[in-house]
Amino acid sequence: MRIATSRVAETGPAAAGPVPIPPVAAPLIGIRDLSKTYRTKAGETPTLSSVSLDVRAGEFVAVVGPSGCGKSTLMKLVAGLIPATSGEISIEGRPVREPPDDVGIVFQSPVLLAWRSVLGNVMLPVDVRRLDRARYRERALQLLETAGLKGFETRYPWQLSGGMQQRAAICRALVHDPAILLMDEPFGALDAMTREHMNVELQRIHGATGKTILFITHSIPEAVFLADRVVVMSPRPGRIEAVYDVELPRPRDLEMMGERGFIALVKRIRGHFAAIGALD
Amino acid sequence: MRARAGRVSLRAMGDAAWLRPALLLVIIVALWALAVQIFNIPAYLIPRPLDVAEAMVDQWQTLLAEAVPTTLATLGGFALSVAVGIPLAMLIAGSRTVESYVYPLLVFSQSVPKVAIAPLLVVWFGFGMLPKVLTAFLLGVFPIVVSGVQGFKSVDPEMRDLVRSMRADWLQSFAYVNLPQALPSIFSGLKVSVTLAVVGAVVGEFVGANSGIGFVLQRSIGNFELPTMFAALVILALIGVILFWLIELVERIVVPWQASRRVDVAATA
Ligand SMILES: Nc1ncnc2c1ncn2[C@@H]1O[C@H](COP(=O)(O)OP(=O)(O)O)[C@@H](O)[C@H]1O
Ligand SMILES: [Mg+2]
Repeated sequence: MRIATSRVAETGPAAAGPVPIPPVAAPLIGIRDLSKTYRTKAGETPTLSSVSLDVRAGEFVAVVGPSGCGKSTLMKLVAGLIPATSGEISIEGRPVREPPDDVGIVFQSPVLLAWRSVLGNVMLPVDVRRLDRARYRERALQLLETAGLKGFETRYPWQLSGGMQQRAAICRALVHDPAILLMDEPFGALDAMTREHMNVELQRIHGATGKTILFITHSIPEAVFLADRVVVMSPRPGRIEAVYDVELPRPRDLEMMGERGFIALVKRIRGHFAAIGALD
Repeated sequence: MRARAGRVSLRAMGDAAWLRPALLLVIIVALWALAVQIFNIPAYLIPRPLDVAEAMVDQWQTLLAEAVPTTLATLGGFALSVAVGIPLAMLIAGSRTVESYVYPLLVFSQSVPKVAIAPLLVVWFGFGMLPKVLTAFLLGVFPIVVSGVQGFKSVDPEMRDLVRSMRADWLQSFAYVNLPQALPSIFSGLKVSVTLAVVGAVVGEFVGANSGIGFVLQRSIGNFELPTMFAALVILALIGVILFWLIELVERIVVPWQASRRVDVAATA
């Protein structure tokens, strides 16, 4: 599915300057020297500092970093929800100035509308974007079925468990068939068992649909389990401290989390955070 | 929320929600009758419940006729409160600039006693419906604005981001998210508002009217017709309760997802 490289790419803090970017065949998401400083009455908060990252079509990139390092900020910038202070983001070669069409977003909380049924919630992007309801209804029902929510279409969010709600939120992000899925700690609020199950599920979705996924997490094993590449960020102002290729074969199962290669990589990434303690 | 074993029978009986307050009311009225009897309270201070009931029966036609203008003034003031309060709440919740200018003034205006303004309204608008409607509005609008602001602000920031990522325009965000999100809060404000509007209408009738329950109250107290006055008070309470209940009914239809349906205790001024 992806070209395996035997290299473990690592860009240390010393190389944070102008890194020569090898010409890649038109990345789907191009992030170039991106910086963000929040300006409020309380003062300026430099949050992201010169972040550059290319994400290829179909790639699964996970971002890990300490709490407050600007991961959510990075996601909002890519989603076109907030303006960058400097630098450039492009999707399919077009600079992001407003929320792009080809993106679906999942947050840590499912943020489902209490007054809409599960199906109604999944259909929200269709209604807002004024797409063909009949056609996308079929798709929504299908998505719900593959997400194991068949029979729950007419239920209301409060009648669902946390894991089911988050699965509905993922269906909602996928309903208009975007090429890109942005996920900001989507499983952070779930219990460990549900979370592992969701990881397997998400990997399946990624394999089956070939979506490009930018996935933010504070769990290093989760990042390694899911991703083609793991991006490690420094404490605020967030910079890219290192990028690791994950060479583990797909499809991956939970057993793999006990294998030496997996454990070694997790340990190696964890090394970046030894000085600052736990993540999040 | 299971009842303890000993209270099961009472619980079964109290399944109709109105039964418990009705029971309490009966007890209060009985105590009232008892107190008048025991302490030998003269009828020109506190009438016996039976006298009040008698006045009710005797004068029900007049009382009912006088209830009409009061109810109309209440409804007029309440409608005006909704028409002004909800858009104002939207503006305040939507813009920090508007909030910083308007909100402090609004709170300040609340500490001006409306009773003191009522005569002024009569001077401006004469006797009749308009000053009553305006006093009802002055009392009724504030709770709607406060609860509306709270409701519109209760939209989850992630929800805001989500609809923005779908490129929703203003109207869509409002219709799909902000309004439904604010409705439960708005309704609790409406219920407080309507009971205050009743008070406002009566205040208006105190200072400048020759009809309405407020007028009956004033006339009967002037003539020491205490049973009539108490009967008028009962009518007034009934107007408030019925309007409150009607709004709750609408709430059940409009906001069916509101799981916790607590009984809001309406504040009165
Ligand atoms: N809207 C905002 N205004 C001001 N500061 C913000 C805003 N959003 C986030 N920040 C600040 O930016 C920093 C990074 O936040 P965030 O991107 O949410 O971090 P993370 O998701 O990695 O935990 C934090 O210090 C936070 O306080
Ligand atoms: Mg975050």
